[in-house]
Amino acid sequence: MSDLPLLSLITFLPLVGSAFILLIRGEAEVVARNARNVALFTSLFVFGFSILLWTGFDSASAAFQFEERADWIAEGIGYHMGVDGISMLLVLLTTLLTPICVLSSWIAIEARVKEYMIAFLVMETMMVGVFSSLDFVQFYLFYEGGLIPMFLIIGIWGGERRVYATFKFFLYTLLGSVLMLLAILYMYYQTGTTDIPTLMESSFAPQAQRWLWLALFASFAVKVPMWPVHTWLPDAHTEAPTAGSVILAAVLLKIGAYGFLRFSIPILPDATHYFTPLVFTLSVVAVIYVSLVALMQEDMKRLIAYSSVAHMGFVTIGIFTFTVQGIEGGLVQMLSHGIISGALFLIVGVIYDRIHTRAIDRYGGLVHRMPVYAALFMLFTLANVGLPGTSGFVGEVLILIGVFQVNTWVAFLAAIGIVLSAAYALWLYRRVMFGALVKDELKEIVDMNRREVLVFAPLVVIVLWMGLYPVPFLEVMHVSVANLIEQHELALAAGQGLELAAR
Amino acid sequence: MLQLTAIVFLPLLGAILAGLFGRFIGNRGAQLVTCGLLTLSALLSLFAFVEVGLGGRTVTVELFTWLDSETLQVSWALRFDQLTVVMLIVVTMISALVHWYSIGYMAGDPGIPRFFAYLSLFTFFMLMLVTADNFLQLYFGWEGVGLCSYFLIGFWYDRPAANAAAIKAFIVNRVGDFGFALGIFAIFLAFNTLDFDAVFGAAPAMAGKTFHFLSWELDIVTTICVLLFIGAMGKSAQLGLHTWLPDAMEGPTPVSALIHAATMVTAGVYLVVRCSPLFEYAPIALVLVTVVGATTAIVTASIGLVQNDIKRVIAYSTCSQLGYMFFAAGVSAYSAAIFHLFTHGFFKALLFLGAGSVIHAMSDEQDMRKMGGIAKLIPITYVLMWVGSLALAGMPFFAGFFSKDMVLEAAYAAGSGVGEYAFYLGLVAAAFTGFYSWRLIFMTFHGRARAGEAVMVHVHEAPRSMTITNILLAVGAIFSGWLAVDLLVGEGRAEFWGSSILVLEANDVIEAAHQVPLWVKASPTVIGILGILLAWHMYVRRPALPGKLAAVHREAYLFLLNKWYFDELYDRALVRPAMALGRTLWRGGDGRVIDGLGPDGVAGQVLAMARRATALQSGYLYHYAFAMLFGVAALVTWYLVSVGG
Repeated sequence: MSDLPLLSLITFLPLVGSAFILLIRGEAEVVARNARNVALFTSLFVFGFSILLWTGFDSASAAFQFEERADWIAEGIGYHMGVDGISMLLVLLTTLLTPICVLSSWIAIEARVKEYMIAFLVMETMMVGVFSSLDFVQFYLFYEGGLIPMFLIIGIWGGERRVYATFKFFLYTLLGSVLMLLAILYMYYQTGTTDIPTLMESSFAPQAQRWLWLALFASFAVKVPMWPVHTWLPDAHTEAPTAGSVILAAVLLKIGAYGFLRFSIPILPDATHYFTPLVFTLSVVAVIYVSLVALMQEDMKRLIAYSSVAHMGFVTIGIFTFTVQGIEGGLVQMLSHGIISGALFLIVGVIYDRIHTRAIDRYGGLVHRMPVYAALFMLFTLANVGLPGTSGFVGEVLILIGVFQVNTWVAFLAAIGIVLSAAYALWLYRRVMFGALVKDELKEIVDMNRREVLVFAPLVVIVLWMGLYPVPFLEVMHVSVANLIEQHELALAAGQGLELAAR
Repeated sequence: MLQLTAIVFLPLLGAILAGLFGRFIGNRGAQLVTCGLLTLSALLSLFAFVEVGLGGRTVTVELFTWLDSETLQVSWALRFDQLTVVMLIVVTMISALVHWYSIGYMAGDPGIPRFFAYLSLFTFFMLMLVTADNFLQLYFGWEGVGLCSYFLIGFWYDRPAANAAAIKAFIVNRVGDFGFALGIFAIFLAFNTLDFDAVFGAAPAMAGKTFHFLSWELDIVTTICVLLFIGAMGKSAQLGLHTWLPDAMEGPTPVSALIHAATMVTAGVYLVVRCSPLFEYAPIALVLVTVVGATTAIVTASIGLVQNDIKRVIAYSTCSQLGYMFFAAGVSAYSAAIFHLFTHGFFKALLFLGAGSVIHAMSDEQDMRKMGGIAKLIPITYVLMWVGSLALAGMPFFAGFFSKDMVLEAAYAAGSGVGEYAFYLGLVAAAFTGFYSWRLIFMTFHGRARAGEAVMVHVHEAPRSMTITNILLAVGAIFSGWLAVDLLVGEGRAEFWGSSILVLEANDVIEAAHQVPLWVKASPTVIGILGILLAWHMYVRRPALPGKLAAVHREAYLFLLNKWYFDELYDRALVRPAMALGRTLWRGGDGRVIDGLGPDGVAGQVLAMARRATALQSGYLYHYAFAMLFGVAALVTWYLVSVGG
């Protein structure tokens, strides 16, 4: 391995790019063009560097890799970066989607292009930072910092009810963040450190674990989002500009699930075990309840947003099975959902850019004029309903196989979601794409241009690749996931021993 | 090896070429590429049949790893054993013929490359299904054929009815898949693998063991088989999950012939037969299969008696014949089930394509009440429909005679209560079959012409390509039973099937079926003829009789005409409640409860507080001074109390 501080480079390069954009001066049009170019090239460079992360990754080791350490705030609170098989691919997901978002906003964003691109690059820094932080305080800063550009993106470039959506988003996340901060403080006072690997080694008293777990849960559950704290998501998605929705669905939602894997499970094993039924219940409700709600939506983005909640329900189910299949399935589902939901929001964006409405009943019969679009929309719809051969299937089937070994009721109820997802997804497709083309404003609509197709090309490749040959993705997870489960079980056994001794 | 792999992937190549490059190679190019590659695939299948089927050399081709997660190891692998090669013959032959037929049938349609791409893609998935070496790959093919069926039913996407039927087919199938998927998970839980050989090998040891499923302690193998059978019921349109198949007739007729008669809908039968090493250890599941199959055979046949759409009559007939196959499998006569599947593929495809020729001749009319008197105008089609119907009704020496008799005799020979149930219901269904088949022929071809002048002028025989393919299918409908009977269910059957089908010695009914009394052997034919005669009486001799009967027994007639009200029941009991629930949860649950108590409620409170706070900001300096003073006083008090205490 080279001495290049690869993770820091990937994390902060976007920030450098945004500084460059900030310096651009001149006529509005020139500024906009340069801002777009700088943002695109920066994010592409970052993506290139992140590929090195994958090629240099040693999938035989469960340890954190590409580690960097530096003294920072105080004794025990340092700057610590590193990735393992759980977080590495999430970094790649982020760096892949950022250039795609930039490219998809090429024309759609006309006002304040410079600020928009800065916001996206800053957000990339924050999200990569979240996935590669190995210090809790550092994690928290990135975690909260990522919200600010998102607020701005929704609040400035959003739709009609953007202010309401931003406030709702803010209220939900605020509550969770405060509690997480309290949990961090408590842990720091107990152990004298916020270094994550060290925290994983330390054990907290069972009663304290439960309070800490709930505090973290409040924050992560909002992010996932789990039922019943999901209602910010449809509003945020609906009002956000296309690329904002993409990042929100593809990356921000993964942070919650990642939080469970990085903090709740390894640091608080007893409480995790204790609260597993709660997570299962909320997840199953999410899958069925939210799928039914999705069925009745009249707004395309809102429908996909609800579908996101249902699919993230699968992720939380998988993670809390503590089986290899379940957790690997959860991770695959996170990546796959990132790609698929991102693609679906981009799909909506394509026709929104043309007709400027998200109402399903304003469309119909688009297949007549947009065959390429129809094919792409169909592919991602099918991936969304988990058709075998697409990435969606691999994630769902691994999760369900995992949970079936643990709790057949949960598997049974979650599998109902497979039927429902087909219903709402295909019905959406039918209402938008099929039928006769009778509405006047649609008669002149044009098919996708080359830039738009280019945006989708990598997503198509990944969805099929992960669906037909997911081995390269699973390979890097194996050891880390096995280690996570092993540590969890050991800690659980030790915890039970303690409890017995206390009696 | 390579030639075996090619059987499966040539159709995929055709689908890709026609689908993605249709614009460049044009209609003719797309047709030639797909038809040519499929014909090649069919020829290779013949070689595979000779080598694997007759030569007894089973082959498994490992491609590459699909899933790898701890103990879950699943590969893409192609398995060619005796059962597979029989299916290969049915699938590739009929698919190739349907491809050629479609050139004529779809002429003039704006979506020709797309149509052929879908047909070839379907064939690829069907081949993946029958060559699967593990349950997950089977599921891949299973979902893939369902997807192509969805595409092809909704091929004419301007028609709302076609779109509705396509979605209905997909979702009803997904209900079945729900069971299938749970079955697969249960298999993995019990056997820790999804490979056929490993699972089947371990099945005897697993027999009788129980596991905790949902809230009950259940027999593992039985539970697995019942769950798998739920999947089979969806795909093969068995009672309860059959409602999508008649609606699927909205698709182009070649699709109905290939997918909804000869191949995809038989996948459920294939699944049960493939899993015979499991079902043999699950007697209760076999009883369920028998009962569902027999009941489907009679119920759907009864609906077929009164339908007026020519394709729907044949569709209900398909449901009914699939019921026969299932109850054959249910009494452990798996080879008889596959035999009937084999012959049925030919004659049912022939009937559909013949109906397609009729529809083509009648300017796209499908309602038999508006046909009649065209026998002399399209004599070849007329004769072919007779051949198909004779085979379907099981008249001597036509294909169905051998297979249907075998199925019924096996049911009788089973000697069990459910066996008898299946036998007698099957007999009545045979009478129904004779009746609706000839009702179709008489209404369509005989009597006076009920179509308008403009339509009648146009009535003409189909183009030569369509006629030739139909004649080839007719050859199959005449000879396939006679040719295959010895091989599949005769003396050499055990040797032929090898280890691809397992029948426990105690359950071997085929041997007993050859020894049944003469009346059992004769009754299907006799009863079928009675049905035919009744149809002749009602529709040729006394054409006024059906109307009178319908008027007198109006309730019964409407009950059958409305398909036992299954659709209405599902709409009221499932579809509408689901939608109403969705709306309630959205507006009430998300809107009023969660948002109302959560963010909106909090925001409302905050706003109210803010308003009060604004009132405090009066702008008068002395108000602020007073507030500050009050604050300082409070701080000082608190400090004193805490220090002092």
